[in-house]
Amino acid sequence: MRDVVVVGAGPAGLAAARAAASAGALVTLLDAADGLGGQYWRHLPAERPAGREGLLHHKWATFGELSDVLREHPAVTVLPSAQVWSLERHDGGIRLNILVGEPDGAGRQALVLEPDALVLATGAHDRTLPFPGWQLPGVYSAGAAQALAKGERVAVGRRVVVAGAGPFLLPVASSLLQTGATVVGVHEAGRIGSLARGWLNRPWELAGAAGKAGELAGYVGDLLRHRVRWRPGEAVVAAHGDGQVDAVTVARLDERWAPVAGTERRVEADAVCVSHGFTPRLELAIAAGCDLSSSRFVLVDDTQATSVRGVWAAGEITGIGGADAALAEGTVAGTAAAGGNAGTGTARAALRARSRARGFAARIEAAHGIRPGWTGWLRDDTVVCRCEETTYGRVREVVELTGSHEARSVKLTSRAGLGPCQARMCGRTLQELLDGPGARGRAAGGVEGGPAPTVDRRPFVVPVRLGELAALPATSTSRTATSRTASALPTASFPSASQPGGDRT
Amino acid sequence: MTSYRVPAASDPARPAADRPLTIVVDGEPVAGTAGQTIAGVLLGAGRREWRTTAAGGAPRGVFCGIGVCFDCLVEVNGLRDVRACLRRAQDGDVVTRQGGTR
Ligand SMILES: Cc1cc2nc3c(=O)[nH]c(=O)nc-3n(C[C@H](O)[C@H](O)[C@H](O)COP(=O)(O)OP(=O)(O)OC[C@H]3O[C@@H](n4cnc5c(N)ncnc54)[C@H](O)[C@@H]3O)c2cc1C
Ligand code: FES
Repeated sequence: MRDVVVVGAGPAGLAAARAAASAGALVTLLDAADGLGGQYWRHLPAERPAGREGLLHHKWATFGELSDVLREHPAVTVLPSAQVWSLERHDGGIRLNILVGEPDGAGRQALVLEPDALVLATGAHDRTLPFPGWQLPGVYSAGAAQALAKGERVAVGRRVVVAGAGPFLLPVASSLLQTGATVVGVHEAGRIGSLARGWLNRPWELAGAAGKAGELAGYVGDLLRHRVRWRPGEAVVAAHGDGQVDAVTVARLDERWAPVAGTERRVEADAVCVSHGFTPRLELAIAAGCDLSSSRFVLVDDTQATSVRGVWAAGEITGIGGADAALAEGTVAGTAAAGGNAGTGTARAALRARSRARGFAARIEAAHGIRPGWTGWLRDDTVVCRCEETTYGRVREVVELTGSHEARSVKLTSRAGLGPCQARMCGRTLQELLDGPGARGRAAGGVEGGPAPTVDRRPFVVPVRLGELAALPATSTSRTATSRTASALPTASFPSASQPGGDRT
Repeated sequence: MTSYRVPAASDPARPAADRPLTIVVDGEPVAGTAGQTIAGVLLGAGRREWRTTAAGGAPRGVFCGIGVCFDCLVEVNGLRDVRACLRRAQDGDVVTRQGGTR
């Protein structure tokens, strides 16, 4: 029997685990979070189950069904609170180093897995371009507002501005409305012209993705009911406040996303949520040696196999396609990783769904992709690296002084990207700034099928405490976390895979 | 107050009734409910900043909300560098402001 480990329990990982188990593999599904569902199905925890969780999600029933199947399947072990902190290659195989327990805790249990096949489904986080004042408390990534609304029932503010680019701004605004917050406006950087070209040039793809289109239409309905204005061709170009946000400046943008002088207006708000798209969480794929595409996603073939033998990838690390694509890719990847035939049965249907969802994703990029004019809203004192507080002016100064446009040397001199987030927030921005506006291809930093750019390399996925490293020899190694291994671990860290109630509407 | 937790009674998602807990933040009690993260308790109580940056002495709180930005670091029961957005609050947790991350 093949041992398959799936990292990430979002839509892609859940679907992969189920498909691999159906194809006869022994499956371990693990996630750093203490619940299943990933970003899309982030929900209230078991301590505080929601009676009507389904109200807050699309496809909540799909999630209930997937988690029930996985919980009950005899060949599946679910490990929540399991952080893969590094991945090593050895004798042609893969070794995962895992810590199980409270996030950033000191006494986590070490676990090492050496599976026959690995499915990476580590997802993405949202990307926010810097603007003056974005380091103030009260400025959030749009994903944070979403995670807090869904996972905590917390509203980040009472008068909230939502801004950035992409269809994700719509569910974020909807979730905020469901917490009772006032959404002052939704400002989309893409202008009507490019949005229309992106969304309308191949209408058959839109029809194919009817599910997604319907979901988006639902959010638009929410905005209309609450009289929230959705304003294309606009951006938040500054946040203001003494220690906390109390207002933002909104400006109109031209085609290239450069702010148009004279169009600035001040909007009072106590919170602002900004996101300009998503960045894949690539560290494990890079450590495994997987080839990336020029736009820096994991390259996969028709069966979701990566360039590395024994490693498959699914979901947002292979391209931003939304939950439907992630589910379809997970099904294909899980089937193939288990040694099954991805060209038959459910996997075959999933392949068709995947290509529809991919077309949809291409449109999103065409309509909402970042354009180089955004640097027009930067000032010399704008923080670029949030961790080290390196400003745009300092980055420019270092480039002038050293004459270097190499991300590595500019980072070392300016300290940008050297803080605890390991350049997750600023790495790509920094590289785009160094490569200069308009250098889209180069700015993406990658070559099709080439090795990963250095800004994406993070051998330690998360910081590990020295005490925990010292304790590592006591580790149990196994091909998979069989129920025997799992039961030897502290049970407190393993809440049941079962999800809190909800009427799964 | 800016950020807030939706009162269970008026929440359309109908979360289970609160199971109150109290954490101590820089010596002051802050009330929350079981299952919230430390960041959730703080934001739910209207607090948006709880760290001071090393270089600029600037206030920070949550930015990404999902464990990737490290802006929300706090000391919890004597252990530094805990991401408040990931760690579930336990009744009686002692949370202390961190100056910087190094
Ligand atoms: C904060 C946030 C909120 C979002 N909300 C929505 C929404 O409401 N609607 C929508 O359409 N889209 C939303 N998205 C977009 C979302 O990325 C996709 O819809 C979908 O969740 C992608 O599925 P996935 O399975 O590829 O990855 P994800 O759902 O992101 O799941 C990846 C999982 O992998 C785990 N993981 C990553 N690295 C490791 C590691 N090293 N060790 C252990 N576990 C690891 C993570 O904890 C995570 O649970 C959101 C994105 C973010 C960042
Ligand atoms: S808010 Fe980003 S890590 Fe906690």
